[in-house]
Amino acid sequence: MNTALYQRRKLANTIGVGLSMFAMVLGLFVLLWILFILFRNGFAALDLALFTQSTPAPGSEGGGLANAIVGSLMIVGFSVLISTPVGILAGVYLAEYGDESRTAAVTRFMTDIMLSAPSIVLGLFIYAIYVAQVRHFSGWAGSLALSLIAIPVVVRTTENMLRLVPGSLREAAFALGAPRWKVATMVTLRAAQAGVVTGVLLALARISGETAPLLFTALNNQFFSADMNKPMSNLPVVIFQFAMSPYDNWVRLAWGGALLITLTVLVLNIVARIFFREKVSA
Amino acid sequence: MSQTAQTAQSAAKQTNAIEVRNLNFYYGGFQGLRSVSLDIAERKVTAFIGPSGCGKSTLLRTLNRMYSLYPGQRAEGEINLYGQNILDSKQDLNLLRAQVGMVFQKPTPFPMSIYDNIAFGVRLYENLSRSDMDDRVEWSLRKAALWEEVKSKLGQSGLSLSGGQQQRLCIARTVSVRPKVILLDEPTSALDPISTAKVEELVHELKSDYTVAIVTHNMQQAARVSDFTAFMYVGELVEFSVTKQMFIKPAKKQTEDYITGRFG
Repeated sequence: MNTALYQRRKLANTIGVGLSMFAMVLGLFVLLWILFILFRNGFAALDLALFTQSTPAPGSEGGGLANAIVGSLMIVGFSVLISTPVGILAGVYLAEYGDESRTAAVTRFMTDIMLSAPSIVLGLFIYAIYVAQVRHFSGWAGSLALSLIAIPVVVRTTENMLRLVPGSLREAAFALGAPRWKVATMVTLRAAQAGVVTGVLLALARISGETAPLLFTALNNQFFSADMNKPMSNLPVVIFQFAMSPYDNWVRLAWGGALLITLTVLVLNIVARIFFREKVSA
Repeated sequence: MSQTAQTAQSAAKQTNAIEVRNLNFYYGGFQGLRSVSLDIAERKVTAFIGPSGCGKSTLLRTLNRMYSLYPGQRAEGEINLYGQNILDSKQDLNLLRAQVGMVFQKPTPFPMSIYDNIAFGVRLYENLSRSDMDDRVEWSLRKAALWEEVKSKLGQSGLSLSGGQQQRLCIARTVSVRPKVILLDEPTSALDPISTAKVEELVHELKSDYTVAIVTHNMQQAARVSDFTAFMYVGELVEFSVTKQMFIKPAKKQTEDYITGRFG
């Protein structure tokens, strides 16, 4: 037996494990550091006023994020209402109808480009075709911009989840004489339900922290407003504006908002995970 | 009475549900079936046997044009279902499949309740009242010898049943739309011996109302359940005759070698 070779391999193994452990610790350390700073500053900002009062004017004391929280919920909520049907229908088309057709190939390619498109470009696009035309910022514009980010995510997860449905199930439905649309909606989409819902939740998590596309669409609003046709306050833009301000109470609110967004995304991810795991194992 | 006389006599009063004539089948450039011709007798069980890749499943999947789901697969020749050529390009595939039902190798319950698994197919072509639908569901489940096991849990997911029960649910689902012909594609290959026996018993009962075609890789099964047997080999129909005759005294050497286990 060649013990020298064995020793060399053992050494290589030790170095390999050491390097990957180091990388792991580094990644984990940065993540924990971020969470530590966020929680320390964020929880300090957490009080009842944060949820009941609107963003304060420059120089005034106190204030909260009520307008930004409601604005964010509305903008993101409508965006989900827009992007879920569009994304799911497009995903169904790609998996059940288009399959290998040219239209499907082009759609798939465009969706992939949209997936990696910088979000600021999508915001700019909505600014050019909508905001600049009607000459005012609005909650709707913000929802549209966020939808452009969410739709490709929903399209691709829907398609991928439908592709995981065994072909035998599809054939069994066709074998009963079911038309294609019934097979797609009643059988395959239902079989892929858990995955599709997970995709929507992940898209929701993705857009709830987006800032760039809201900067020139929904803009911001210092006052409480539930009118989607007016400029609308929202957490990401408030954080962006308040975090760099000279006022202590503004900076404090920015941290509070950052904590809220992070917790939302965290909860969404956990829910998506649990939902997916339970449904798949069942 | 001699064997041939017996065959001739039974053939005389026999109508054919399906007549396959000169069928060629292509998977793209590969030819899967070579000029196959055979008759599938009404209210009898016809078994297709042969080694893997011989084309027995391919033949079965032409009978409800399942292959049409896949671009690149095509069939030439004639398949007459009660005199109507189903390979005709004008053939409505959904209507055809409502008449020619199919049960697959692996159980394929839909992700819905046991009740809805049955009702799904019925609703496609019939508008039944709630109580008529209840009756139809019960009737189908009884036909598949599953009623007693599931009557108290019709609202539960079809996926909660055992493999053998799932397969019988699939048979009930196929029966529920009252097709003329039922195709079974190796329906017991994923089941344990007890479930297999139950399904075989079912096949035997089904033929009083339906024409049945079954693909099986299990020769004992073919011998047990079928009236006619077709032996296929590399895309060709080698021998087709009354099951008893084929298993007692096959006409071709190739058939004999296969059923005695010398190859395949």
